[in-house]
Amino acid sequence: MSRSKARPDNALKHGILLLATFLALVPSIFMILTSLKSQDEYTFNKVGLPHALVLDHFKSILFDSPLFAWMGNSAILAGGAVLLSTVVSCLGAYAIAMMRFKGRSLLFSVSTALMAVPPVVMIVPLFVLYTQLDLISTFRGTIVIYAGLITPFSVYLLTTFFRTLPKEIFESARIDGAGELFILWKIVLPLSLPALLTLVVVNALYVWNDLIIAIIFLQDDAKRTLMAGISVFQGRYEAQIPLTMAGMVIASAPMVILYIAFQKYFIRGLMAGAIK
Amino acid sequence: MRQYSRFTPYLYVLPLVLLLAFVFGYPLVRIFEFSFKLVRGIDGPWIGFRNYQLILGQDLFWDSVRHNLFLLLAVPAMVIWSLLISVVLYERINGWKLYRIVLFFPYILAIPIIAVVMKKMFQLSGPVNEVLNGLHLDFLALDWIGSSDVALWTVMLLIIWRESALGIILFLARLLSLDESLIEAAKLEGASWWQRVWYVLVPQMKVVIEFYVVVSVITMLSSVFAYVYMMGSGRGGPGTSTMVVEFYIFNALVRTSLPGIASAVSVLLFLVSLLLIIPLFAVRRRANEQELGS
Repeated sequence: MSRSKARPDNALKHGILLLATFLALVPSIFMILTSLKSQDEYTFNKVGLPHALVLDHFKSILFDSPLFAWMGNSAILAGGAVLLSTVVSCLGAYAIAMMRFKGRSLLFSVSTALMAVPPVVMIVPLFVLYTQLDLISTFRGTIVIYAGLITPFSVYLLTTFFRTLPKEIFESARIDGAGELFILWKIVLPLSLPALLTLVVVNALYVWNDLIIAIIFLQDDAKRTLMAGISVFQGRYEAQIPLTMAGMVIASAPMVILYIAFQKYFIRGLMAGAIK
Repeated sequence: MRQYSRFTPYLYVLPLVLLLAFVFGYPLVRIFEFSFKLVRGIDGPWIGFRNYQLILGQDLFWDSVRHNLFLLLAVPAMVIWSLLISVVLYERINGWKLYRIVLFFPYILAIPIIAVVMKKMFQLSGPVNEVLNGLHLDFLALDWIGSSDVALWTVMLLIIWRESALGIILFLARLLSLDESLIEAAKLEGASWWQRVWYVLVPQMKVVIEFYVVVSVITMLSSVFAYVYMMGSGRGGPGTSTMVVEFYIFNALVRTSLPGIASAVSVLLFLVSLLLIIPLFAVRRRANEQELGS
C-alpha cells in the first residue's frame, strides 16, 4: 500500500526537480544555442535549435575582440589580490590563533565585524585619494583595495581553522627551538591546505566577478577587467545578439570549467563565503 | 611556554593592521568628514548638514531607498523556493548529487554575464515573450526590460534566480547533517510527507533559514549594484526605475563628481549595515554552533 502511494509522490518530486533544473540551465542553453545561430536565423528562430551550426561569431571573438585581454587583466587582479591577502592573513591569523598579546581579541573582533560592511561604503574616500595619488587605473592600487576587502573573511576563516589544530605539535616544536615562521610555514600551512584552497576559491571568485570596484578604479581601456568589459561589449554589439552570446559563452567558460573540475571546493568555498 | 619575543606578535599582525587601516579605517573616517564638506577635487569647506539636507530632500534618493526595500520582497520567494527544492533533494532520490551540481550552477555564473543573457531573453521581441505568446499567455508578455513599471520586477526575478542557488545548497547542507532517525521515526508513525517536512525538518532548519534571511537582506540593501548596472544599461533605467542606493553613490561620485554627497549616502548605508551586524553575528554564532559555518 505504501508503495502505491510512494509512486505518484516520487513522480511529483522528480517533476519539481526537473523544473528547477530546467530553470537553472535555461539561460545557459539559450546562450549556447543562440551563439551558434547566424544573425539572420536568430530573427526568425529565437527559441529552437540552430538549423546550421555557425561558428563565425566565435571566430570573430577569438581573433578580433579584447575579451582575452580583459580576462588577463582579471587574472592579474585576482592573482595579486589573493596572494597579498593570503600572506597578510596567514601571518595575522597565526599570531591571533597561536600567540598571546595585548589587543588580540579586539583585533579579531574588529576584523570580523568588517566582513559585514558593504564594500561600496569604502569607495568614495579611496577614489578621491587615488585620484590625488595618480593611482586610478593602476593594477597595484586596485590590487591593494581588493586584497583589503577580502582580508577580513580570510582572517576569520584562517583563525578559526588554526584554532582547531592540535596545540601539542606547536609547543613541542617551540621546545625544540623552532622559530615561529618555521612553524607557520612547515607545520601550520601544510595542515591547513583545505582551508587555504577554500579561501583561494572564494576570494579569487570575488575579485574575478566584482563589477563596482573594477569600473570605478580601472577606467583605462587597457586595464579593464572581464566584468567591466562585458558591459562595454554588450553596448557595442547591442543588436548582434548571437555574437553577444558567443562572447558570453567565452567569458563564462573559465569559471564553468573550474567549477566542473573542482565542484567540491566551489560548493564548500562559496558556502563558507556566504557566511561573511 | 612562550619563546618568541614580546614584539614578535605585533610584527606578525602589523601588515594586517596596516591593510585594514588603509582599506577600511581610512575610508570609514573620511566618509564622515566628507559628508559635512563641500568636496571639490580632494577637499573643501565645511558646510554642516547641507549634504544630508540635500539628499534627504531629493526624490531620487528616496526612490533609490524604496527600490532597495522593494527588492526585500525577493527574500521570502528565495526562502520558499530553496526550502522546497532542498527538502525534495533531501529524500535522496536517484541522482541527487547531480541535481545538486546543476542547481548550484546559477551561483557560479558571474552577475554581468547572466544579466546580459537574461536581458536578451526578456527583450520585448525576445524568446521569453515569443514562448508566452505561443502558449496564448499574451497578457504575460510584458515589456520586461523597457517598461519602468516592470523593469525592477525583472531585476528581482534575476536576483531570485541566482541567489536561490545559495539557499538550496545551504539548506541541503543542514539537512544532510541531521540525524536520520527522527525522520525515520516520523515515517513509522505514519506521518505524511508534508507533516514530516513541516514538523520534523523545518524546525531543525530554523537557524540556517534565519541565517540565509539575514544574509539575503544585507544583499538586497547593499550588494545589488552589478545586477542593476547591467540590467539598467548603466543608468538605473528605464528612467530611474531601477536606481538603488549603491548606484546613487556611484553616480554622485563618478558621474557628477560630488564626493560630499556620495559620502553622506555612504554614511547612511554604513549606519544601516551596522544595525544589520547585530542580527548577522547572532545568527552566525548559532549557525556555527550547529557546525554549519566554516
